[in-house]
Amino acid sequence: MKKFLASTVAASALALMLGMTSVRAEDAVDPNAKQGGAITITYKDDVATLDPAIGYDWQNWSMIKSLFDGLMDYEPGTTNLKPDLAESYEIAPDGKTFTFKLRHGVKFHNGREMTADDVKYSLDRVTNPKTQSPGAGFFGSIKGYDDVAAGKAESLSGVTVVDPYTVKFELTRPDATFLHVMAINFSHVVPKEEVEKYGADFGKHPVGTGAFKLAEWTLGQRIVFERNPDYWHKGLPHLDKITFEIGQEPIVALLRLQKGEIDVPGDGIPPAKFQEVMADPEQKARVVEGGQLHTGYVTMNTTMAPFDNVKVRQAVNMAINKARVIQIINGRAVPANQPLPPSMPGYDKEYKGYPYDVAKAKALLAEAGHPDGFDTQLFAMNTDPNPRIAQAIQQDLAAIGIKASIQSLAQANVIAAGGDKAGAPMIWSGGMAWIADFPDPSNFYGPILGCAGAVPGGWNWSWYCNKDLDAKAAEADSVVDPAKAGERDKMWSAIYDKVMEDAPWAPVFNEQRFTMKSARMGGADNLYVDPVHIPINYDNVYVKDVQ
Amino acid sequence: MIAYLGRRLIQSLLILLGVSLITFALLYLLPADPVRQIAGRSATPQTVENIRQQLGLDQPFVIQYWRYLVKLISGDLGRSYIQRSEVTELIVSRLPASLLLMVGAILCELLLGLSMGLIAAVKRGTATDQTLMVASFVGVSAPQFVVGLLLLYVFAVRLSWFPIGGYGTWRHLVLPSLTMGILGAGWYARMMRSSMIDVLRQDYVRTARAKGLARRAIIFRHALPNAILPVIAMIGIDIGIFMGGIVVVESVFGWPGIGQLAWQAIQRVDIPIIMGVTLVSAFAIVLGNLLADIIAPFIDPRIKLR
Repeated sequence: MKKFLASTVAASALALMLGMTSVRAEDAVDPNAKQGGAITITYKDDVATLDPAIGYDWQNWSMIKSLFDGLMDYEPGTTNLKPDLAESYEIAPDGKTFTFKLRHGVKFHNGREMTADDVKYSLDRVTNPKTQSPGAGFFGSIKGYDDVAAGKAESLSGVTVVDPYTVKFELTRPDATFLHVMAINFSHVVPKEEVEKYGADFGKHPVGTGAFKLAEWTLGQRIVFERNPDYWHKGLPHLDKITFEIGQEPIVALLRLQKGEIDVPGDGIPPAKFQEVMADPEQKARVVEGGQLHTGYVTMNTTMAPFDNVKVRQAVNMAINKARVIQIINGRAVPANQPLPPSMPGYDKEYKGYPYDVAKAKALLAEAGHPDGFDTQLFAMNTDPNPRIAQAIQQDLAAIGIKASIQSLAQANVIAAGGDKAGAPMIWSGGMAWIADFPDPSNFYGPILGCAGAVPGGWNWSWYCNKDLDAKAAEADSVVDPAKAGERDKMWSAIYDKVMEDAPWAPVFNEQRFTMKSARMGGADNLYVDPVHIPINYDNVYVKDVQ
Repeated sequence: MIAYLGRRLIQSLLILLGVSLITFALLYLLPADPVRQIAGRSATPQTVENIRQQLGLDQPFVIQYWRYLVKLISGDLGRSYIQRSEVTELIVSRLPASLLLMVGAILCELLLGLSMGLIAAVKRGTATDQTLMVASFVGVSAPQFVVGLLLLYVFAVRLSWFPIGGYGTWRHLVLPSLTMGILGAGWYARMMRSSMIDVLRQDYVRTARAKGLARRAIIFRHALPNAILPVIAMIGIDIGIFMGGIVVVESVFGWPGIGQLAWQAIQRVDIPIIMGVTLVSAFAIVLGNLLADIIAPFIDPRIKLR
């Protein structure tokens, strides 16, 4: 039986999908990195939990990655998959069986060695409805998931412990995204005895295998991470200590950064100060810019008249002046013409999208039977800059005769309106937009453009459901062979091109990330705009002023 | 006295019950589904329903409210949907910071307000009086968000006298207390001024003056103790204003109190926390008013409990 041995796959453009070396050459550790030192990061909002099965926030996502590890991970600063707690893996030719060999000698922070039983326990736990994990749905392709989700079984029948260092996954369908799923936080490995000891409060007493361990947590004030001296990855982490100070307004954080009191403002540069910072060469030099797996878009409810007419939706696509919208956010984005962001595999560089063409848009509206336009509503989240962006879009729409009144509401209310079939004709996605959970083109389809998401309470706010495309998506995701990753990306490009033909969305921009750091921070720029570690890759950065 | 106390206690409880009912109803009617938030965007409808059942959110309003009340009686404010922690624990961990800020703010407003009012009354009609009254007016009307950032910029960033936000030492306390205190100081200055002017017109003050007592002695020994009484009685009522102010001030200064907790919870529609903080604030306000009313007759014999 032929097996794809991961080690046989050469690093190439295909590496983005499934290619990686199996016996991992220990990741190159930056030879210039200095060992030791402490940094301070600030955040405005409380950190909810550090439980990898539950945490799904801006702040805790990257913290959890430093406390816990999964079977897979990404090369620092990139979207390239690599084995992590796994040493190697094999994928059966049918794409439905994945076997991982675990690294020996990996210890939890409590000193016990991590084994295959822990991997199985962690997955049983995250999928158990009692855990109330927001990430349970990612494991839907594992055999036995439905029984666990329905509360009929306590354990996933598709996860088998072969021996203490081997774990086998059987899937119900070939799943090309499965290795990504094994890299997201929700699949990170937790020790059963600690989870049972703390129960629902495990998230406040996290114990993992990661580069750092929790040293202090003063509710509402600070969280302190300490270097894990027994970390299995030799040479990491570089820092001895990270202090997260909580409850700091972004503007105050910036002032403190300017005075040298902190190292990275976790919430970024406040919009009102952005131009001032960028106009100062000294400060600008400490800002790192990078892409983000994010698209900001306007959804049009395809089940509501007049947006049930594709010509109307196309007209909206042509009416929005994206360059002007980007000006509103001080140029912190690039114009978008398709659902996928440019840094995502499967992004179609050849696709030109709808041009900004008011005359053509008007003509399309007239063809659709609305020569004088119509009245509608545009929903938007009520925090800056979203109402201003909605106003710009409102003006653009007025230019072709569409009179949209703006409904500026709290995030949860907009999400609720979007999930109601008769709730919102148009929504500007800002502040709630899709940011990929993992760098794979499929992640922008299922819940937000596929039929599965077009249900009450779902995230497919345009209620777009194209069964033909759903079938094509399933077909693309069954291409598990790493050698065919390029082919799979092309299949996905074609799917998104077709989506754009039907125009349920008007993509507006892809936000760029701007991370500001203190002068003492060292390490490659891409660690500061790491696509999966937000805001920065804590394990790999260092400070230059230690002895 | 005891009958009065009993009546007031029952009234207070009814007020708290009313607050809990209104807040609970408003949050129940909110067009946002907490279960969806917990379940996340990748959840299947089945997962969503499971969670809804576990949390009892599939029950009708009356049952949900009743369950909340029953738990409340035993001091259980429920579990936060987003923070996944006990609300009681979250509030208790943050109360000391808010109380400290409140004490600091009361000191600031009394010190500033009373002295401004006193000086203005004594120097009535002069330029000093007018300047102080304009200043108090500015203090009352300036938005706390702006005052806070301004103080932060001048005294912390420019002059480095105080730390830029945070919590821990007395130096951290000064600017947020001042920000909160400036608002109250404006009110106190105006009240103190009119109260003092009133007293200074009294016969006994005229008598003292006729006796040839020193001006300083008249003001501090005879007039001030009487003028200050109605002002002191206001402190209890102030707590209500504080509860509104801490939401803004704690956010600006990164002060880890319940105001900041409330603000974060509102932004994320974390219903159990919003409920908890509202009830605790309502309790503080009711208690403050009650104490003010009970203490008033002791410091001002003209007031009687009825």
